[in-house]
Amino acid sequence: MKYAYILLVIAITAITNTKVNAQTDIDGVMMEKNAFCIGPMAGYSSWKNYWEGTLKRENLNLGKVSTAMYNIMGNYGITNKLNVMFGLPYVKTKASAGQLKGLKGIQDLSFWIKWKAYSQKIGRGRLSIFAIGGYSLPASDYTADFLPMSIGLESKNLSLRGMADFQMGIWFATISGTYVGRSNIELDRTAYYTTEMHYTNEVKMPDAASFNVRAGYRDKGAYAELFLDNWTTLGGFDITRNNMPFPSNEMNATRIGVNLKYPMPFLPQLSVTGNVFTTIAGRNMGQASGFNAGIFYVIDLSKKEKTGSDNSKK
Amino acid sequence: MKKIKILYILIIVLLFQSCSKDINDQSEEFPALQPASLDINAGTWRPVLLTGPTEFPVAAPIATTTPDYIAQVNEIKSFQANVTTKEKNSVKYWSAGAVLRWNEIMRELVALHNLPPYQNPDGTYPFPSANNPLAYPQFPFANPPYAARAYAYVAAAQYDALVAAWHYKTLYNRAAPYTVDPTVTALIPKSNLPSYPSEDAVVIGVTTELLKLLFPGDQEFIQLKAEEHRKARIIAGANVRSDLEAGEALGKAVAQKFVTRARGDRAGAAIGNQTLWTQMENDAITRGETPWISQETPKRPPMLPLFGRVRTWLFDSLTMVTTIRPVPPPSTSSQQFKDEVAEIYNYSKNPTREQIRIAHFWADGLSTYTPPGHWNAIATEDFVKQNFSEVRWARNMGLLNMSLMDAAIACWDAKYFYFNPRPSQIDPRIKTTTGLPNFPAYTSGHSTFSGAAATILGHIVPARATAYADMAKEASESRIYGAIHYRSDCVKGLEAGNKVGNYAIARARTDGAE
Repeated sequence: MKYAYILLVIAITAITNTKVNAQTDIDGVMMEKNAFCIGPMAGYSSWKNYWEGTLKRENLNLGKVSTAMYNIMGNYGITNKLNVMFGLPYVKTKASAGQLKGLKGIQDLSFWIKWKAYSQKIGRGRLSIFAIGGYSLPASDYTADFLPMSIGLESKNLSLRGMADFQMGIWFATISGTYVGRSNIELDRTAYYTTEMHYTNEVKMPDAASFNVRAGYRDKGAYAELFLDNWTTLGGFDITRNNMPFPSNEMNATRIGVNLKYPMPFLPQLSVTGNVFTTIAGRNMGQASGFNAGIFYVIDLSKKEKTGSDNSKK
Repeated sequence: MKKIKILYILIIVLLFQSCSKDINDQSEEFPALQPASLDINAGTWRPVLLTGPTEFPVAAPIATTTPDYIAQVNEIKSFQANVTTKEKNSVKYWSAGAVLRWNEIMRELVALHNLPPYQNPDGTYPFPSANNPLAYPQFPFANPPYAARAYAYVAAAQYDALVAAWHYKTLYNRAAPYTVDPTVTALIPKSNLPSYPSEDAVVIGVTTELLKLLFPGDQEFIQLKAEEHRKARIIAGANVRSDLEAGEALGKAVAQKFVTRARGDRAGAAIGNQTLWTQMENDAITRGETPWISQETPKRPPMLPLFGRVRTWLFDSLTMVTTIRPVPPPSTSSQQFKDEVAEIYNYSKNPTREQIRIAHFWADGLSTYTPPGHWNAIATEDFVKQNFSEVRWARNMGLLNMSLMDAAIACWDAKYFYFNPRPSQIDPRIKTTTGLPNFPAYTSGHSTFSGAAATILGHIVPARATAYADMAKEASESRIYGAIHYRSDCVKGLEAGNKVGNYAIARARTDGAE
């Protein structure tokens, strides 16, 4: 199961409880044809400090802002080189101090198409090139206009990612870059102030870009990797002094972390995954740290009787 | 095949991007002002502060046959010969009306300044200083009482200045440049209203002068708007420069009367001091009640505790205490109080999406134009459809905003007279879906503002009276849904607001405009 990119998503969600786009997968492996992988994930992240523009501060009237996430994800191999995926998270927020009420609800339904466009042996290694398209939209009528307690940012997002993966023996490295187009959102109010007054309920959401670098061990369906990722909003404005965040802020974050995946030796179709991460730089977002864990199971949907051995390639 | 797929993805991305991200800003849609009536006798309407329309003299204009006047017309023609798209857009923008546009500009300034100061390292809070407006915390903190007062002074002064302007317009009866010289193009709808002194310039003069007092740190922004407005009038062919100069001078003169009133209206002392804050707390304890305590960390001093003593517009301070001040709230030890806390806890526990929507629609909290600004926005949208003259716009905005400021004063009087705690202070399980204001609960400011606004607006636009009353009720209840007010706060606040609005109606009936 490829799930790693959603970790960035959840992390960013956790930071300002903004939802990012393109909750698609970001690793260099594919599901085999007719294999369907599905499973639940749970995650938790929190922050005490956040960046008000570029100023790092705490807020005694929020205390620790935490986000719990429960997600169901699936991935189906249409062919060995073309996978489709989905994710549907339930998100719950909470502030440890002050009076603001945490919110909860189903966030955004995401779909991805992942295509392994090119694969070539180079020396002793193998280079693969991928293209991934993603789309997400709110799956419930939540509000983005109550940050940092909102469960998401409400925009519909279309993402396009290019990715290169190089594996040599049991070692690998993957690099990817993503562009995320975001739709306007609608507030519950008829006017709002950014850096000027707007007499409308509609907010123009700046697009965003992200990159992700990961490297480590990968063999027989298991991996252990370090990652560094960055989310940069292409536009938007800074939170003004002692103001609250707004959905179209310039939200940026750079994180580092570790991802692990381990297929059970007694039942290779069953894998456990987990990660931990922390935020090392940001703007208009919380400095979140957190962890996620999931269990995934692979079902072979092909008509031919097959064993679960193809799981090892996932 | 796969290339085609990639192509599809690219096309979708492009479609998504081209999928219009343009936003229809309501403010850009307002049509040019085309008054149903010129209100040509408005010079006889009763001003708010002026002793009469001639208190500040306006000299007779030069004749339209003089070389000086002809030169001024030529200035228009030169502009019109080289008019740019940007200038045309500016003419269109300002054509919606001077009162409307400067009201919007004020709402923008309020939103910009509606942020509470961050605490000092020792846990105290700094206060903005009018003498040093650009230093943090910037002056002003445009909270709801401050905003209500700012809107009211500007609106009332605009009204008085335009009454005087209308007097001189009819006295001197100088036609607009496009009428005097038919080769001047009118870029806005033509009007038979005499153009000297310019009503737009009167509004510029009176507003910019008052904004020096109210938003002293935003002079560059304000002066840029003023210059754009002046130029728009000349490019439009609606005014020659001497129309503008006479109008602006009149506006500035009238403003001084309002500046003098503002300096003596006791708002400057409304912050109070630690002795006073402690005394209010102790007084509540002495009455056997649980006093309000700031729920912020560190504890923030209550917002403008002496704002209830600010000078009112529509009634005197005795009337406020005897007629408008609500009965005491349910005692904090009474069963009714416990029941009301329980009601709020239930709203807080599981708010529906619709309740959150209503709470947010009316929240008008940090970084917004405040509830008085919201009612100005509501009035603006409806007034545009009424095709009021500029002077009637000012009169109606004056009535609305004097009501809103008096509502603020009456509400703040009640809040600090009773010093009643917020629901979340009594029951810490109560969490709010909107920001918790840092001042006592009884009565609800939103309810008082909305009661006052809906009442006077219902008089001005009777066809909308029921709609305004419904909106006021929803605004009032939004504070219950947000879990920051008890029902008593809202019910009694709305009642007090309605009373304030009725005083505005009484004035409206006798100001000569009806």
